[in-house]
Amino acid sequence: MAAVQETVDRVKSIDVAEYKYGFFSDIESDKAPKGLNEEIVRFISAKKNEPSWLTEWRLDAYRRWLTMQEPKWARVDYPRIDYQDLYYYSAPKTAPGPKSLEDVDPELLKVYAKLGIPLQEQEILAGVERRVAVDAVFDSVSVVTTFKEELGKAGVIFCPISEAVHSHPELVRKYLGSVVPTTDNYFATLNSAVFSDGSFVYVPPGVRCPMELSTYFRINEQNTGQFERTLIIADKGSYVSYLEGCTAPKRDENQLHAAVVELIAHDDAEIKYSTVQNWYPGDSEGKGGIFNFVTKRGDCHGANSKISWTQVETGSAITWKYPSCILRGDNSRGEFYSIAISNGRQQVDSGTKMIHLGKNTTSRVISKGIAAGKSQNTYRGQISAHRKATGARNFTNCDSLLIGNSCGAHTVPYIESRNPSTQFEHEATTSKISEDQMFYCLQRGLSAEEATALIVNGFVRDVLQQLPMEFAVEAQKLIAISLEGSVG
Amino acid sequence: MRSALPMVEAPGAAEIEALRPDFSHPGALAQRLVLVDGVFAPELSSAMPEGVRVRSLASVLNEGRADLIALLAPANADGADPILSLNAALMQDGVVIEVAPGARSDDPINLVYASTPGGPSARFSRSLIVVGAGASIRLAESLHVRAARADETFSGLQNFNCLQNFNCLIASVGEGATFNHTTRMTGGEPGGVRVESLIASIGAGAQFDSFALVTGAGLIRRQIFMRFQGPGAKSALRGVSLLRGREHADTTLVVEHAAPDCSGRQLFKYILDEEATGVFQGKIVVDPLAQKTDARMLSKALLLSDTAAMNNKPELEIFADDVACGHGATSGGLDADQLFYLQTRGLPFAQAEALLLEAFAGELIDGLGDENLAEVCRSEVRAWLSRRAPPGVHS
Repeated sequence: MAAVQETVDRVKSIDVAEYKYGFFSDIESDKAPKGLNEEIVRFISAKKNEPSWLTEWRLDAYRRWLTMQEPKWARVDYPRIDYQDLYYYSAPKTAPGPKSLEDVDPELLKVYAKLGIPLQEQEILAGVERRVAVDAVFDSVSVVTTFKEELGKAGVIFCPISEAVHSHPELVRKYLGSVVPTTDNYFATLNSAVFSDGSFVYVPPGVRCPMELSTYFRINEQNTGQFERTLIIADKGSYVSYLEGCTAPKRDENQLHAAVVELIAHDDAEIKYSTVQNWYPGDSEGKGGIFNFVTKRGDCHGANSKISWTQVETGSAITWKYPSCILRGDNSRGEFYSIAISNGRQQVDSGTKMIHLGKNTTSRVISKGIAAGKSQNTYRGQISAHRKATGARNFTNCDSLLIGNSCGAHTVPYIESRNPSTQFEHEATTSKISEDQMFYCLQRGLSAEEATALIVNGFVRDVLQQLPMEFAVEAQKLIAISLEGSVG
Repeated sequence: MRSALPMVEAPGAAEIEALRPDFSHPGALAQRLVLVDGVFAPELSSAMPEGVRVRSLASVLNEGRADLIALLAPANADGADPILSLNAALMQDGVVIEVAPGARSDDPINLVYASTPGGPSARFSRSLIVVGAGASIRLAESLHVRAARADETFSGLQNFNCLQNFNCLIASVGEGATFNHTTRMTGGEPGGVRVESLIASIGAGAQFDSFALVTGAGLIRRQIFMRFQGPGAKSALRGVSLLRGREHADTTLVVEHAAPDCSGRQLFKYILDEEATGVFQGKIVVDPLAQKTDARMLSKALLLSDTAAMNNKPELEIFADDVACGHGATSGGLDADQLFYLQTRGLPFAQAEALLLEAFAGELIDGLGDENLAEVCRSEVRAWLSRRAPPGVHS
């Protein structure tokens, strides 16, 4: 029992979570007045110089939002959000529009350098074998997008969505809201009304995107909500891998983040979407931290298309997030790999939905939840097969690991089958690190801490393997950080 | 949801008397307690084994025994469930069974729900069984189905069957006791509604098992709220549901581990044909104190038609770290390989299918531990299978 006792003691002695991205950068910003009304929606739209259809689209969403109620079914508990006490738009003053790296405020570049995100194209060329194109979003605007030219040669469009509205209006108009309609849910509707920036990706038919695309979101300003919108379209036979990372300063107040991500995969296309979510989780007493209410959904629209979600969730005070796949095309495939780690007083309610509509569609769900401290970690998922989804298959495996006895792990799967030829399998387990495993490692000369790290890493290995290499390294480090002080 | 029917009036002496022939023939169930329209009818009931005391709910309430009344309104299910609240408001009567500590009976006590003929109506009952420490008892619930008599018109029979039953059984299982509960929710007709609640609290070292066979009858919901009160207790909840037509059967479980070292098993199987819908929503809750909990929950469904549906929601809610908990859910059609194998051995398709279905359901029935009851269940499964529409063209 020694190892167990030690673990318990460690959890008790957690002070403040080690959050190394918690710095605040004093960058002058241009903000909309506090609060939310039609004027603010028009203000944001005007700031982006949007066409009138988009302004109307936003206003329509806003009016609908007024009639909606905040969802309460998730297993999370947070103080009431005052939607009138937030800034819905904040942009660094020195960034009129991302042109090239030379135009970017050096202060901003410093922020990203501090976060370890490579924005200098040359540096990347010199140092690392694989290259990553980055779109950096700071509060409400995109400050820089790298490698645009090279991607352009391959025909790949990768730019801030606010720019795509002007440069590729036909694509944006066709696809925006086609997977997550403005009527979808409370937070998605709010996002539709006030979304500020995010990434837009279009991969033309038959093109394999020559490099990984990524977006780094940073919330900097106080009392600001971030409402980004990402739209990724993979045309017939194309492939793209997209990475998303997020951080925010340590603050005593909670900050709201309500994003929408829409993915569309046409015939034979594949989209791989990876997230390392590292928003500020709040301190050990649950003060501060990001409220993360995100709607992510992919539409496997064409036959043989594939969408794969991989997420490592370590941050946020509240996580409410269900990356999903609509398996519409015949033989399409959806995947969801998730590691959700909660510590302190974090509350995670996350999972996925796999909606099988087409014939011979397959999906795979691997979810690993690790709860430590006084956190609550919930997996909530839905697997459903439509009457016409002949031959649909799903395999779901969700495992939870509890570290300490003041945390909770919960599993809420919904499995709905309307077709006799479907094969749905769901399994879930909850356990703690077994004494046998621990004993074996200790006996081989590892310290208790190393042993726990090894076992935890083994526990989440299925998911880590799905991450692009650069991210896997980062994720492994993150796992060590967020369990620091809880692992005995 | 179908609309609520008017509540039935308490049966008169003549109506009870009219049911007597059903219970006086030599093959009638022994050790039986009969509720007529939710009201305890001692006239139709028979002798109980030694150490078992039975009274009507009404008389216990009049007597005002605080300990029994406290058990009748269990805290763990109070107000949380609208069906229980409705039952609490409208219950007419029921039985209170007290099993003395150490009492034993290998033959089951049969709790039979009978109805008087009449128009469509609803009935509500609430019963209590208190199993004393170290006692060992079986309780078998069933619905009494009257055979049609010559003097009854066809339409009269139809009305007779269009019933809504809302029964609630509360079980308190004492330390080291063994309580085996079975219920056959069979024999209803389309349009009927049955909502059965079972609330059980399990003492230290006790064993509580429950099995349900569900066939037929329009809409059925069976809900079990179970709580492990003392350490070292064990429980197995099982059920088989066979549905066709537009039948709908729902199993809702809340298994709460409130004490350490308890072991719980739940296994429910569904066979769904035609346009039937099966629902399984189970929840295992492990309180912070309930270390060393061993909990397993599994739901398995076989869909036999393109229009049948299964909805599964097996939930875990865990607040203790030193536990081993798991749940699983599967749904799908019959395995084509198994069917093929049996066909290569010379079995016609329909027979091969029936064999596999019988085996699927039989796994749970074989483990009942009461051979008489197991045989009754097996024959009900066979009867259900034999009523299956002949298969169409199969490849």
